[in-house]
Amino acid sequence: MTLEQAKFEYLLRLGDSSLIIGHRLSEWCGHGPILEEDIALINIALDFVGNATSLLTYAAQVEGKGRTEDDLAYLRNERDYRNLLLTEQPNGDYAMTIARQFLYDVYTYFLYEELKNSKDETIAAIAVKSHKEITYHLRHTTEWMYRLGDGTEESHQRLQNGLNELWMFTSDLFDMDEVDAILIKAGIAPDLNKIKEAWEKRVKEVVAEATLQLPTSIAKQKGSREGKHTEHLGYLLAEMQYLPRTYPTAKW
Amino acid sequence: MNSVFRNNTTMNLTQLSKEDILLALSEIPDPEIPVITIEELGILRDVKWDCITCTIVITPTYTGCPAMKVIEDDIRIKLKSLGIENIIVELVYSPAWTTDWISDTAKEKLEKYGIAPPEHSSVDKGTLLGKPRDLRCPHCSSKNVQMISQFGSTACKALYRCLDCREPFDYFKCI
Repeated sequence: MTLEQAKFEYLLRLGDSSLIIGHRLSEWCGHGPILEEDIALINIALDFVGNATSLLTYAAQVEGKGRTEDDLAYLRNERDYRNLLLTEQPNGDYAMTIARQFLYDVYTYFLYEELKNSKDETIAAIAVKSHKEITYHLRHTTEWMYRLGDGTEESHQRLQNGLNELWMFTSDLFDMDEVDAILIKAGIAPDLNKIKEAWEKRVKEVVAEATLQLPTSIAKQKGSREGKHTEHLGYLLAEMQYLPRTYPTAKW
Repeated sequence: MNSVFRNNTTMNLTQLSKEDILLALSEIPDPEIPVITIEELGILRDVKWDCITCTIVITPTYTGCPAMKVIEDDIRIKLKSLGIENIIVELVYSPAWTTDWISDTAKEKLEKYGIAPPEHSSVDKGTLLGKPRDLRCPHCSSKNVQMISQFGSTACKALYRCLDCREPFDYFKCI
């Protein structure tokens, strides 16, 4: 695998994760539990889709086959998607969404902090920009972790259920392969073991403060690196890609 | 000055200076906050002009800012009115946009418009994690205000309310 191929693959992983979690959040539009949260979730969704646009634009450029960011987003099938399994999990109730976002926000907070130092200038520039936004995302979900976890019996239980349900997808966040090895060597991507340490520490702190229990399940599901997804991604793509696939020449 | 350009679209482009172009572009309002211009907001980063091709460098406030396409279109329309045909609009992410680039006059305009301007340097991380210290209501200037949501009507704003005059207002977040 060449450096350029590894970079393309890596950009898909970052870009697809942002696109899919952004799309998931956009499903809350008009359904938020309160107006302010509805607006907040859609604002965050917009940040993710914006981040995905810049990453996939760069991915298409690195690939050099004349594809655009829209081709990558709308014309690839499920198995070609490289988003993390966590990002495609359904919204569930509001507590489940907060649990998913929190686990992911802590991850991107530390990951993008490292990517700011990437030797690839474009990745570093996107990371600097995005990290400012991620800091707001993490603050938002952390507050909701405290509010729901340390709230009523009902909110506490629902958030605990959300965490328990999603825990099996967290090992997928830190899965590394040849792509990572090539890019770590080139100083383009960070070692995910380092991110894992910081992630575990922060997650533990917040979970304890929110009076919740860290899930103990040992079941693990990985596979996003090879495009092996859970059943949920196909349905999401069917909805997201319907219009451009049905009307391929449609323009805004 | 601008009308002179518009009436003389056939004028020799060599007479057009970079300053003339900047002046014309500095009139373009931000599509979402029309009281301030894209120049005052710090979105307009650079103008390159070689008497044939004009390259405009812009940077988004937030990566997903939906106003960028409108801003690009506005720039093209403005440059065409000057007689320029070869236009390149370049979008850059580095250096990342910061509220520090908003000019003082623009901050005054924001407040008059009903949006509390960013009060601090983005270097001050406290603003990210707590209530900005000197934030005051743009309607009655009271400092007795409360945050309703970190996310307001657009990506760059948070929603507050004044506990004295009871009016809600937008606050331009520091990033």
